[in-house]
Amino acid sequence: MTEFDAAEVAVQAALDAGARYADVRVMHRRYESMTARNGEVEALTQDESIGLGVRALVGSSWGFHAVPEVSDATARDAGRRAARIAAASARVPGPPVDLVPSTPTTATWASPCEVDPLGVSLAAKGDLLVAATRTMAEHGADLTEGLYQVWDTSKWFVSSEGHRIDQHIRECGAGISATSVGDGETQRRSWPSYRGQYGTTGWELVDSLDLTAHAARIAEESRALLTAPLCPAGETDLILGGEQLALQIHESVGHAIELDRILGWEAAFAGTSWLDLDRLGSLRYGSDLMNITIDPTIPGALGSFGYDDEGSPAVRRDAVRDGRWVGVLAGRDSAAVAGLDYGGSVRADGWARLPMVRMTNVGLEPGPHTLEEIVAATDEGVLMDVNRSWSIDDKRLNFQFGCEIGWEIRNGRRGRMVRNPTYTGIGPQFWRSMDMLSSEIVPWGTPNCGKGQPGQTGHTGHPAAPARFRGVRVGVRA
Amino acid sequence: MNELELAGRVVELVARLGGTDAQAEVTVSRGELALTRFANSAIHQNVAESAVEVRLRLHLAGRTATGVGSAVSTDGLRALVERVVAATRFTPPDRGWPGLTPPTTMPAPALWDVATADAGPDERADLVRAFVDAADGLETAGYCRTAHRSVAFANSAGHSAQGRTAEAAMDGIARAGGADGMARHCVDRLADLDGAALGRRAAAKARAALDPIELAPGRYPVVLEPAAVADLLQNLAWYGFNGKRYAERQSFAEPGTAQLDPAVTLVDDPLGASGLPFDLEGTPTGTVTLVDAGTTTAVAHDRRSAAESGTTSTGHAAPGSATFGPMPRNLRLVPSGRAEAVETVGATVPPTGAVADADTAALVSRMGRGLLVSDLWYTRVLDPKSLVVTGLTRNGVWLVEEGQVTRAVRDLRFTESYPRALAPGGVLEVGRRAVRQPDRFDGVWREAPSLRLAAWNFTGGASG
Repeated sequence: MTEFDAAEVAVQAALDAGARYADVRVMHRRYESMTARNGEVEALTQDESIGLGVRALVGSSWGFHAVPEVSDATARDAGRRAARIAAASARVPGPPVDLVPSTPTTATWASPCEVDPLGVSLAAKGDLLVAATRTMAEHGADLTEGLYQVWDTSKWFVSSEGHRIDQHIRECGAGISATSVGDGETQRRSWPSYRGQYGTTGWELVDSLDLTAHAARIAEESRALLTAPLCPAGETDLILGGEQLALQIHESVGHAIELDRILGWEAAFAGTSWLDLDRLGSLRYGSDLMNITIDPTIPGALGSFGYDDEGSPAVRRDAVRDGRWVGVLAGRDSAAVAGLDYGGSVRADGWARLPMVRMTNVGLEPGPHTLEEIVAATDEGVLMDVNRSWSIDDKRLNFQFGCEIGWEIRNGRRGRMVRNPTYTGIGPQFWRSMDMLSSEIVPWGTPNCGKGQPGQTGHTGHPAAPARFRGVRVGVRA
Repeated sequence: MNELELAGRVVELVARLGGTDAQAEVTVSRGELALTRFANSAIHQNVAESAVEVRLRLHLAGRTATGVGSAVSTDGLRALVERVVAATRFTPPDRGWPGLTPPTTMPAPALWDVATADAGPDERADLVRAFVDAADGLETAGYCRTAHRSVAFANSAGHSAQGRTAEAAMDGIARAGGADGMARHCVDRLADLDGAALGRRAAAKARAALDPIELAPGRYPVVLEPAAVADLLQNLAWYGFNGKRYAERQSFAEPGTAQLDPAVTLVDDPLGASGLPFDLEGTPTGTVTLVDAGTTTAVAHDRRSAAESGTTSTGHAAPGSATFGPMPRNLRLVPSGRAEAVETVGATVPPTGAVADADTAALVSRMGRGLLVSDLWYTRVLDPKSLVVTGLTRNGVWLVEEGQVTRAVRDLRFTESYPRALAPGGVLEVGRRAVRQPDRFDGVWREAPSLRLAAWNFTGGASG
């Protein structure tokens, strides 16, 4: 029995059990990761999992059941159980559930991949991490770590509306970090970010990171940070590097524009949003420089795909245009509730999880400057880069971020390195203060976005470039 | 084939395909996780997952690799073993390999509740119905979860073990005019969850949180309720009592040193609930006292971190612990006799809406001007060694003046060193009634009473 056959059986079983709509994902995922520490390989893990998840709509209620086996009997049983779970949901019913239209599609899609990440020898991968971590140790870091991760996912989607889509998605990435331990604190430097850089692409991404070339520098910076002066405290101009700005976008824009949060569906856990649908199209989110897109079509970015997990095709949309809020991340059911005409942003992190609204590639369009031009145009401020800590309130307004490294800016020049740089603010005020934006854009990948109950880990992409923000509070400490 | 037979089968396959020198650890887990989620006072996500996982860690010719698979057919098991054997040929040498757990006497397994293991969606929906109805018209959201697992372990040193767990949890909020109130509870038996009581509590707290005032940042005395204390325990577990971080000098922990207030005793106690009697390496689990009356006494180890520190494993090997470090997963702040015994465990009649139970009320009554905090949110570590954490209050914070709750307060951001807040002199009172709080993952929980602290460093508010 093929994966499509099993999916068809499960869909039919759910319909026979009373569902008015059903869809099924069969997923086969191989995952490989290796970590190295202080010049030795620390752990190598290779996971392989295949299973089937059925989503059934009975009346106005959803049910979902997943099984770790793809056979006629298990598919049939999963379909029945999904319908039964949906029926139980009716004991605490909600408003009627509609789905915005989705054209039934038969399609095959594969992500771009020049070098198969699982085809690269383990020895070569190990040598890379061992060499990089050894170099960092030789240059004075107390603890050196390296990591790569690979996901190779095949999935087959069938719906009772006639969708029949298979996709092969390969994702990978890597990174290194150096930690120096002082008397009362630690300092860490990473390349290119703490957990590395990731994309929906092949091993060529890891090759392009050139990990060993940056090992000595970040080790020396981690040691230097131990004795660097503290980041000044107060209000000043803030320049953010692209990696940190990517996380700023993720936390204070990406999550805020998730329609399930706006509708209150995540209220108890992930939280809601400060955004009110009544102001979609008119609300000023940030300065005129702020143009945010939702774009799962970017080749190689981590939030890219051909079709989402409801069968909706990848389509680029605006979220913020000229500083005004104009779009959301939506699924077929949430869009229908909100009166919108599009979905396309629903994914699950495996066969055992219910698809939900997820960021795709939520990124900031580039500006006209370079980072050096922004620094040169700044009389006094702080430049911060590479995220170290992140925290934001449940409405996605009040945030506080820490970075690995900072530099004082005085009279248009980068000055002393400063340690423990932090900044805090309120989302829309912060984005309205953005007055310079660089053209040096990178599609940063975030492979660890947590959401949902039971928990799901999402893969998202965030094109971002360095930018300047005026009058930001920096240097918050205990 | 049951889980133990499957594990034994994999060990045999390793010997056949990898040779008799191969050292294998196998864990087979079968179970079902089900979660009924509600929002806007209606069930909107209702899911169940049947899962099986076969985890093999193999040490062969000085090299180590781990593989995980979901296929338990003969072909599937063989493919897993072949894949992991092949991987060991290409990995660099593993000089820190700690060896296998020898045949060891196991503790008696914890009792588990079959009714919880067999619970269906109707039972979870009924608890949700009770929560929603008890909120008496307020908008509600949350979940009711049941989970059970049957797990077996075998290794090529001849050691084997098996156990079963079951757990139920409920976590919900009620919303009144933009204010949220929360109630959550984790139990071994679904029958011990009281949806109506939790719904009443959440609603009472939401109503008491209406019309909040803005409070200036600063250092305030606080009473932290059990959910907020659970966050302290989680961060202490991940960063402080993590044996790997300790070995790397990234932890504040210094065993033998009086680092915390004498009122603080922290115990990791997996068998205090329906937990497994062994860890991922087959090491027996049991009670580990991490802090005894303020003195740090131990950190959590797996075999690798223990070998690195010249000690023995405390039974804390878990998926990922080789990388992220072994950490306590069932941490309990031991209740104290300091507060007056005004109610017994299980008391549900709150003295006021903001104060959820009489135990917390006793602590609040002895606070001059300070804050009552229900819950902490999005806490992240700025520095792991000093354990400086930033985060926010959530689901209700109130101003207390002369022992009385006087006003609801808008949520505040804090930036605080957890060991500093709990340092000698910092803990004024530990409550008498501990409440078990669920984690995102079943099998992980933190149990704590309310806690009165001398000071907590609030650094900002929702208005900036």
